[in-house]
Amino acid sequence: MRILLKIIVVLGVVAAGALWMLSGPNPLPKDTMAGLTGDATRGETVFWAGGCASCHADPKAEGEDKLVLSGGYRIESPFGTFLAPNISPGPAGIGDWSDLDLANALMHGLSPEGQHLYPALPYTTYIHMQPQDVADLKAYMDTLPVSDVASLPHELAFPFNIRRGLGLWKLVNLSESWVMTQANTPELERGRYLVEALGHCAECHTPRDVTGGLDRDKWMSGAPNPSGKGEIPAIDPANLDWSAGDIAYYLETGFTPDYDSAGGQMAKVIAGMAHLDSSDRDAIAAYLKALP
Amino acid sequence: MKYGLGLIAVAAITAVAGTAAISDSNADKAALAAVKARQSQMTLYAFNIGLLGGMAKGNVEYDATAASAAAANLASLSKLDQSRLWPQGSDNETLGHDVTEALPKIWAADSDIAQKGMALVEAATAMESAAGGGLDSLRGAMGPLGKSCGSCHETYRQAKN
Ligand code: HEC
Ligand code: HEC
Ligand code: HEC
Repeated sequence: MRILLKIIVVLGVVAAGALWMLSGPNPLPKDTMAGLTGDATRGETVFWAGGCASCHADPKAEGEDKLVLSGGYRIESPFGTFLAPNISPGPAGIGDWSDLDLANALMHGLSPEGQHLYPALPYTTYIHMQPQDVADLKAYMDTLPVSDVASLPHELAFPFNIRRGLGLWKLVNLSESWVMTQANTPELERGRYLVEALGHCAECHTPRDVTGGLDRDKWMSGAPNPSGKGEIPAIDPANLDWSAGDIAYYLETGFTPDYDSAGGQMAKVIAGMAHLDSSDRDAIAAYLKALP
Repeated sequence: MKYGLGLIAVAAITAVAGTAAISDSNADKAALAAVKARQSQMTLYAFNIGLLGGMAKGNVEYDATAASAAAANLASLSKLDQSRLWPQGSDNETLGHDVTEALPKIWAADSDIAQKGMALVEAATAMESAAGGGLDSLRGAMGPLGKSCGSCHETYRQAKN
């Protein structure tokens, strides 16, 4: 009996050790950004398509002030409330980050110190980004105003306040594969990139499984609002009968085919999408229409 | 500014209505009538923008006279005095989510719904001057107009269920 107990304890320690190892950081190869030079003009498109301002601008900001990425926006979730941090190019933000640091945060959910970041920063989407796009984005963000507003701590209950635990979550939920496996035209390929790598549409429009990861079998089929109030509508072809032109126009102006006007968090998404070239909005519409 | 004042007066008037000693059922009826009226006002916005949007999208042939008329309607609608449309207690928590989509935040102390209303007046006035000036000019004014609707809905209207 004593021996059995010892074995169980040893096995337990080994398992815990394995979990600990598995939950460790997995940074990008050090040469990921080698030789890449950022282009701020291209980076502006990445910025608006990625919707960074939706979360990182001051929630009360309007117009040009949305470019001051001082943080403070509250993201309610079943795990607690996340507060978007200051990511402006100064000491209170990410002024001293390298391109590789930003790539690790966006594509692998890691801080420069190797700590796991919470998936409230949608790196399950940004993992698909091209390193060149990260370099361009960084070049653009470096041109934005500095804010010295301090980032606020998240309001999370135990055990969700333990960052290390996120390593396991990432093992289960972080995937490099596309949901749309076949994108046969340049337009569809661009649409897939804009939706699956940058626009993080699925983060709101796709339901989640018990771990809080996206249920890829129910891609874009609508979801309960994580803030607890209401339902985020389905936008897959089975449920949304808008034409591609209607979708593109909605992304540009917020007007539905009935000329009602988008509200909720979608209004913020549209404020970003309105900055894109119309060919990009057409590509997103083509992607949505091509979903199964 | 006159119209802005009309909106700002909402807060003051609703405060008065809140204290007036009217029976519950009468207050209820008044609230429901106000909800119906403001939803109709919104529907009229959408109806007039429907023509402008149809032209912008290329579904309806551009016609300067018709576009100007719809844009003038919209501008007039946006300037109507709304002080009786938003009585206190006509939010979706009080009246129910199937009755109204108006969020209680509208009546909070830090509410800036009056500014949102002013932004619509501005965008609709800009559309009034743009709509008759050719299709490109109309198209250009649609974006800011949509933004002015969306920016109020974002904060003060319950998202879709
Ligand atoms: C849905 C909301 C959301 C969006 C969209 C978003 N972020 Fe974030 N971001 C967050 C949250 C929340 C955190 C905090 C994560 C944590 O503490 O683990 C964060 C953290 C970060 C960090 C780490 C900051 C630090 O000091 O550790 C960086 C850098 C960052 N985001 C950049 C971006 C960029 C660039 C984009 C656009 C491509 C973006 N984010 C889009 C919510 C968002
Ligand atoms: C100042 C804030 C504000 C502005 C500006 C605004 N809306 Fe609204 N809108 C609301 C609110 C609040 C509701 C919910 C009203 C209710 O259900 O009682 C609403 C509801 C609606 C509805 C649904 C009406 C119904 O029958 O339930 C439509 C359609 C609409 N808005 C269209 C528009 C359009 C188009 C514009 C721009 C031209 C616009 N709105 C501008 C606040 C605004
Ligand atoms: C932060 C959450 C969020 C993100 C990200 C998001 N959406 Fe939405 N979306 C919403 C909400 C909420 C609504 C409902 C808006 C309303 O009530 O007017 C909506 C509505 C829509 C609609 C209209 C559906 C209908 O039936 O009225 C379309 C189309 C749409 N979104 C497309 C997209 C696309 C494309 C993306 C990515 C580029 C995206 N959304 C990203 C939250 C989001």
